Amino acid sequence: MSSETNQILTTDGIPLEVSLKKAERKNKIKAFLLVAPLLLFLIITYVFPIGDMLFRSIDDKMVTQMLPKTFKAMENWDGQELPEEEVFAAFHEDFVKLVEDKREGKLSTQLNYTKNGFKSIIKKLRRASKKFEEGNYKEQIMAVHKRWADVEYWRAIQRRAPEFTGQKYLKGMDMYVNEEGKIVSVEEDRRIHRVLWLRTLEIAFFVTVFCFLMAYPIAHLLATLPMKYSNLLMICVLLPFWTSLLVRTASWMILLQQQGIVNDFFVGIGLVADNNRPEMMYNKTGSYVAMTQILLPFMVLPLYSVMKTISPSLMRAGKSLGGTPFVAFWKVYFPLTIPGIGAGCLLVFILAIGYYITPALVGGASGTLISNQIAFHMKSTLDWSFASAMGLMLLSGVLVIYWLYNKIVGIDNIKLG
Amino acid sequence: MASKKDFVKFDKVDKSYDGKVLVVKDLQLDIAEGEFITMLGPSGSGKTTCLMMLAGFETPTNGEIYLDGKAISSIPPHKRGIGMVFQNYALFPHMTVYENLAFPLRVRKIPKDEADKKIDKALSMVSLQGFAARMPGQLSGGQQQRVAVARSLVFDPQLVLMDEPLGALDKNLRESMQYEIKHIHESIGVTVVYVTHDQSEALTMSNRIAVFNDGKVQQLSSPDELYEKPVNSFVAEFIGENNTFGGEVSDISGGKCKVKLANAEILANPISVKGKGERTTVSLRPERALINPSTKMDNLHKGKIEEVIYHGDHTRVRINLLGNPEFILKVPNSSSNLDIKLGNEINIGWNSDDARALDPK
Repeated sequence: MSSETNQILTTDGIPLEVSLKKAERKNKIKAFLLVAPLLLFLIITYVFPIGDMLFRSIDDKMVTQMLPKTFKAMENWDGQELPEEEVFAAFHEDFVKLVEDKREGKLSTQLNYTKNGFKSIIKKLRRASKKFEEGNYKEQIMAVHKRWADVEYWRAIQRRAPEFTGQKYLKGMDMYVNEEGKIVSVEEDRRIHRVLWLRTLEIAFFVTVFCFLMAYPIAHLLATLPMKYSNLLMICVLLPFWTSLLVRTASWMILLQQQGIVNDFFVGIGLVADNNRPEMMYNKTGSYVAMTQILLPFMVLPLYSVMKTISPSLMRAGKSLGGTPFVAFWKVYFPLTIPGIGAGCLLVFILAIGYYITPALVGGASGTLISNQIAFHMKSTLDWSFASAMGLMLLSGVLVIYWLYNKIVGIDNIKLG
Repeated sequence: MASKKDFVKFDKVDKSYDGKVLVVKDLQLDIAEGEFITMLGPSGSGKTTCLMMLAGFETPTNGEIYLDGKAISSIPPHKRGIGMVFQNYALFPHMTVYENLAFPLRVRKIPKDEADKKIDKALSMVSLQGFAARMPGQLSGGQQQRVAVARSLVFDPQLVLMDEPLGALDKNLRESMQYEIKHIHESIGVTVVYVTHDQSEALTMSNRIAVFNDGKVQQLSSPDELYEKPVNSFVAEFIGENNTFGGEVSDISGGKCKVKLANAEILANPISVKGKGERTTVSLRPERALINPSTKMDNLHKGKIEEVIYHGDHTRVRINLLGNPEFILKVPNSSSNLDIKLGNEINIGWNSDDARALDPK
């Protein structure tokens, strides 16, 4: 009631809020129309693919749809003893239909992912099922192969019942759901993904550190040199941006190979023996060197834009108040560059963690990253759902880093320009 | 304590940035202990360069600067112990007011309780008690200015340099800060070298003013002397308002000279003219000329009123006088106002002592 009596009216007697909304509606619509193309573009190229990727990574409908009756019959099965005749009958019915559609091969591939040994027994079952008589399918199927009488294999089938599954994510962390339904790690010698994840983090971390160490002095020079020289230096920094990534990586291959320029130089000045040239490529060193060079501008630019705003009189003030040049730098200048450091490190780290071409070309076996593994599953094994799962894990990792950064430093503290 | 006459001494200091142009030429300047000296001049006159050389951020190209008898050219800025207030305050934006003030004390390793006392004292000096926990960004321009002053004084330097510290403040605040800085100077007796291009600021605050132009000190004297007795036409023009007549000396005798203008002759005080035939610019302050003077004055001429501008406490009258259409008079707005109307012909008189015959422009 009080709000009604307090309502402010315009001179024409229309409530002020209504009038304001009306007056601003046109502007709002205009503003929205301006962003609409970008919004649409983002939805089509970004939101939709990521949504699709998420769906693909957990989608496990294939087996569910191939064996609908079997899973229906299995609902009452406790998984302790072999299932009843009813389940076998349903399975036979589903199977006959699959054979008619010539899809039993796919079933065997899928079931083989869950448990090894399905391929051969399904092949045998297909041959045998042609001569099956009506009724008592349990006996007939169990007679095809002894594995069909093994409860483990029926449990494996049952595990494929849900339409959605997280097993691709577990696989990405070298884990799986075992026969008892527990999440366990795979054997030591088959754990390939964890190593890759750790290596990705390690390389991204060190590339960030190297970039920072090199970019800080460059950015400082850029911000303090007279315009004449700083423009030239800026072009040097930006030059890599204007060169194709592939060309740059290829030139690193020329420089770093064992008979390459850098090695020739080392031999020339007597640093290393000619017959003992170090390998600087097709290993981690190659990834470090090439990625640091390629990502350097992403560190220099945010640092530069922050340093440009720091008045030179602050350093002078620090010195005139009695601070040695180092104290003035460390207590006054450095803290003021933290927003730029944060932006640069976050940018370089996130770019490095998903880097693909450079490690693929110069990284060799020990210098490849998780993105190379993702590409491998996209192109070679065609296990897209697994590639999607790993892509999403990478994405969520980046989001976690972003969140951590926000917690520790504060994202509003970031400055890109 | 006997104050030293040459606490700071610039000895034949030259400064050039590019090896072609001298920004400061043969600077010879002594500053006494406890003095408030202002370097005044248009931009590019070399005053800030002098300050930067004294602070240690620029090195003299030639000559030497002495502080308390010691040559300081080879001493880095942080060892000179000179307090400095910068043009845009240069407060550390990531530190609180307290931390800003504590910075010079911490680097000198002064114990915390003693430092706290000094900080309290410095803050109360600029009446900012209770602001210690604020960040500089939360303060107004005037408050930031005070913090900068407090910070430059908190470690008890013998010498404080101020580089146009009030340039960014609005007029009223600037005036009140002028008095505040002047009072702080008087109460603690620190030597202050102050740089400004604002002449009223310089006149208000200083013991002595060094007027800079073209890399040289044109005149070094107390504010009143600077205004009343400028030694050359640049100073006369730069400080306060000024009416000028350009002419030629036709006679010089008995401490007076006759200056021949285009179509008249006036009597003037020969300052920098020596003999007949020299070109000269005669300078006269607007308030020294009177309309229809009641007492006898040795210059009396007729002029026509071209413009009348009301200024509240006084009226500015522009008169076409002896071929100078820009002759300005300031008439106090009293009840017995004269008949000042546009187009009127009036008599204007002044004493020849006040008309200073200086170097030609």
